[in-house]
Amino acid sequence: MSLAVSARNLTRHYSVSRGPFRDPATVKALDGASFTLARGKTLAVVGESGCGKSTLARAITMIEPPTAGELTISGQTVVGASAATLRALRPRVQMVFQNPYGSLNPRQKIGHALEEPLRVNTGLGASERTARARAMMAAVGLRPEHYDRYPHMFSGGQRQRIAIARALMVEPEVLVLDEPVSALDVSIQAQVLNLLADLQEKHNLAYLFISHDLSVVRHIADEVMVMYLGRVVEHGPRAAVFENPQHPYTQALLSATPQPDPTRRRERIVLAGELPSPLNPPEGCSFHPRCPLCFAPCRQMPPALLAEGTSLVACHAVNPPPADTEAV
Amino acid sequence: MALLDIEDLEVTFRTSSGQFRAVDGVSLHVDAGEVLAIVGESGSGKSVAMLAVMGLLPWTAQVSARRMAFEGRDLLGLTARERRKIIGKDIAMIFQEPTSSLNPCFTVGFQITEALRTHLGLDHRACQTRAAELLQLVGIPAPEQRLKAFPHQLSGGMNQRVMIAIAIACNPKLLIADEPTTALDVTIQAQILELLVKLQADTGMGLVLITHSMGVVAETARRVSVQYAGQKVEEQTVADLFRDPRHPYTAALLAALPERAVGRRLPSIPGVVPGQFDRPPGCLFAPRCALATPLCHTTPPPRREGALCHYPLHDGIAQGHPGRKETAA
Repeated sequence: MSLAVSARNLTRHYSVSRGPFRDPATVKALDGASFTLARGKTLAVVGESGCGKSTLARAITMIEPPTAGELTISGQTVVGASAATLRALRPRVQMVFQNPYGSLNPRQKIGHALEEPLRVNTGLGASERTARARAMMAAVGLRPEHYDRYPHMFSGGQRQRIAIARALMVEPEVLVLDEPVSALDVSIQAQVLNLLADLQEKHNLAYLFISHDLSVVRHIADEVMVMYLGRVVEHGPRAAVFENPQHPYTQALLSATPQPDPTRRRERIVLAGELPSPLNPPEGCSFHPRCPLCFAPCRQMPPALLAEGTSLVACHAVNPPPADTEAV
Repeated sequence: MALLDIEDLEVTFRTSSGQFRAVDGVSLHVDAGEVLAIVGESGSGKSVAMLAVMGLLPWTAQVSARRMAFEGRDLLGLTARERRKIIGKDIAMIFQEPTSSLNPCFTVGFQITEALRTHLGLDHRACQTRAAELLQLVGIPAPEQRLKAFPHQLSGGMNQRVMIAIAIACNPKLLIADEPTTALDVTIQAQILELLVKLQADTGMGLVLITHSMGVVAETARRVSVQYAGQKVEEQTVADLFRDPRHPYTAALLAALPERAVGRRLPSIPGVVPGQFDRPPGCLFAPRCALATPLCHTTPPPRREGALCHYPLHDGIAQGHPGRKETAA
């Protein structure tokens, strides 16, 4: 099994201006994420808005360089690589965006939208490009006559098929899916999820699946990474994260997701408060102001991501810190 | 007497390409102290039906109904002035996108007191006290200071709380919540749903919850009406709907949920919701239905056992269905 993506301590900080008389502030949008992603596997990234999911996607797709850390894509180092290397690497990672109404050019015919990645990245001739675009349209379930149509003539589900087809045109190894089904209705969502499963099997694709919908993640993911305010709080195989969540935030997320089963009455953990501002994150564990298990060390030092069973968990309550720090 | 009683509601929009029927013969009733969920995909007419009750549709819409009454008063025959006395006072609505539903030019305090001044005629001081009380009630900390905040200074969840405060300002008898949590994060969604259910239980108002999420339906409502392409296809209690859906659309929708999947592939519904130009002559769901027969394609279905279907399901078995052979024909 070959690794498609490997990231170690991946970090992305942004500098934000706070007006002419104050020093710029640093937003730690992504603060030390480490993971590997093998071909044919799906890693789901879960978290609420502002947790750094999209920043992670931007780093993996090489839209923005990470501030620190190491990133390797299909065996080649990205950080500090030459422009030529990056240019060769970029087609290996493609992205599908959340909103299929905004991610397609309204003035570009579908066929041309599909051919554009080939025109930019390969030296293929026009007839070959057209042939490949038509083949890809058939592969994602679009009809041949759609080639000459414009995006507004399609429904949301079909547009998402077009976006997926466009991402696959350059035969990538990794597909970054940023909330690919959250704009779609349930019945259409199932169609697109099935398509993604089929394509993964056929092309041996690695998926980085970003979502806030835990029921979709539970269905599609092999591994799950839960993020909170730029940090990974829990990372493990799907079964471990869903059946035995260890971090209090994961537990709260799972219990807050409405279950379509009226016979199951369970205690819902309703978290108090909201996500703190990433400009001014709390001291210690960034989750402690909302955490039901919060105790003294949580306010003082951020917990490390440590192995606990088959998962990695960053929580003092799960992995108590050594006694001497507790006394501080 | 039901709080809200709607029979055969039809809403037609005049568009440049002809008439478009967004709501097609919807009937429903809500009693005081009841939570009714209306569930459906986009384009199913669930929001439009409720906007018709509120009188908030644009002039291109034609609303007609055999009966549309609130506490026995006919809503269709009201003049605009009379309607405004009810809307916002006895019937209130919460919208999907809190940040764009609030006016960015005014403080949230002003927007809350606006309802109090208009409907209850309170003076300035009483308004301020009541507004702070309302913010306290919907769980906003330091309410006196928050009254001076503008919507852009508050988060999405806070703005939705403000929207709820505005809606319940005059103690409405009926609250219509149109996808109140769709734009919010999961943990904030849990907070808002909890708040709505608690307010409903405390005040005994009727609550209509419009949503597309089966999870939200299962956890909050007691009765549920399923809409498809402008028609009400089924109505049942929540427990019965999830245990034994009557309409093939409901059954297919439930089966398509990732939570209920058994294998890697989800049992999806083929095709899309019919639009303005491809409305089938018979049952609107027939082109996507696994059980459709030639009869379904030509004749609009009757309402049988609470479902708008020729062959309503009973424990997963289609009643009176001629069998698979006929389906293929």
